[in-house]
Amino acid sequence: MKYIREFRDGALARKLAGAIAREADPDRQYHLMEFCGGHTHAIFRYGVQDLVPANVTYVHGPGCPVCVLPVRRLDDAIELALKENVILATYGDMMRVPGTKRKSLIRAKAEGADVRMVYSTQDALRVARDNPHRQVVFFAIGFETTTPPTAVAILQAKAEGLKNFSVFCNHVLTPPAIAHIVKAPAVPGEEPVKIDGFLGPSHVSSVIGSAPYEPAAREFQKPVVIAGFEPLDVLQSTLMLIRQINAGRCEVENQYTRVVTREGNRKAQALVDQVLELRRTFEWRGLGYVADSALKIRESFAGFNTEQRFFVSPKESREVKSCDCPAVLRGVKKPTDCKLFGTTCTPDNPVGACMVSSEGACAAYWSYGRKRAGVRAMEGSAA
Amino acid sequence: MRPGPGGMPARKTLPPNRSFNMCLAIPARVVSIDGNDMATVALEGIRKPVSTALLEQVAVGDYVLVHVGYALHKLSEEEAERTLQLMAEAGVLAEELDEIAGADVETGS
Repeated sequence: MKYIREFRDGALARKLAGAIAREADPDRQYHLMEFCGGHTHAIFRYGVQDLVPANVTYVHGPGCPVCVLPVRRLDDAIELALKENVILATYGDMMRVPGTKRKSLIRAKAEGADVRMVYSTQDALRVARDNPHRQVVFFAIGFETTTPPTAVAILQAKAEGLKNFSVFCNHVLTPPAIAHIVKAPAVPGEEPVKIDGFLGPSHVSSVIGSAPYEPAAREFQKPVVIAGFEPLDVLQSTLMLIRQINAGRCEVENQYTRVVTREGNRKAQALVDQVLELRRTFEWRGLGYVADSALKIRESFAGFNTEQRFFVSPKESREVKSCDCPAVLRGVKKPTDCKLFGTTCTPDNPVGACMVSSEGACAAYWSYGRKRAGVRAMEGSAA
Repeated sequence: MRPGPGGMPARKTLPPNRSFNMCLAIPARVVSIDGNDMATVALEGIRKPVSTALLEQVAVGDYVLVHVGYALHKLSEEEAERTLQLMAEAGVLAEELDEIAGADVETGS
């Protein structure tokens, strides 16, 4: 296992860090957005930021599924869960995200709603089979990695003739969000976000391939490097981005060739296409409405579409006041700029979604940022 | 694949502040093909049914990336070992295994 030894003695990491330090032009700033929360997590866990020069900074992107779900959709899910005879099934992270007035699914559950945490859409189907007299709603969230399992579940429900299963579909798409971040005008009173290149997501790209990023890279003149989620992958991808920026190139390059191809997983794409279609527009927390950025259930599967089967009342949904999640998701603020960070908002008592999920930037700052600050203080006192 | 130190205790429910990484997929070895697009994978002593509906072909002995109960992608044994080792070093593996072990939570009526 030569790779592991290389990682353990850090030789390759040092070599990559050395190359980055040599090639990064000290007279310019490199703002690299890692779109995916998995990368944010890896950058913090391994202290990657400390291995690169100070003029290379990672800007944390909105690729955290529970973070970008707008409060309104969460409020709708809570309303659905509280309906008579409904079982709401969802992934674990969704349970503790605060909606309007900090109400969450876990609080709805305490009030008597039947909310089940599932690991897989297969589990949600099992709940429906085991409870034929109740309506099972699968609260589906996530990017392109979690979308194919939702499509498979709907196809399976149809094949089995399951009449009590439906999906509240909130699946979103990565490439339109990347394009939006680059082209959207700055929010009044905010500095525009500075991005010189993107680290593209690992497993999302294993499904969609690298080709879907090409139009955005071309149109907005920003290089994209699809990166694996391991620390060496992140370092190597950083070097690839710096080389592109230095050379004035704006291409889509693939560092994660072990898993990602240009075409992606064709079978998964075909299954998704069979069941789901583009939404004209969809709201993202932090980004607002983004055109063609989400998926909905096709008319031919209307019987499995929660939004067509249940009435959901219009509501005045509201973000928690003074929570800076939206600006953090746009990449214009750091978690530590938020006055709730670490005071009223902690992973045990999250106010904003970015503190709930391990993929959220606030949770990453909380878990690893303090440790990093401590190490730096020690180094300072030793010097 | 080597068994993990002591194996992971299967947990019935996740603690309330446990987080769940929706981008991460974990490598596992296919130990049986069970029909209906299902297979059983083994990882660090845990056996779990996963859906293979997203793969064209899968055989016993293949390594696959598992995400939310679905095999997303096939990968080489070397890549699987390497990824698992890195995840173990990063402390991510225990959490992911917990997630998989606790997979059949709350499905009863």
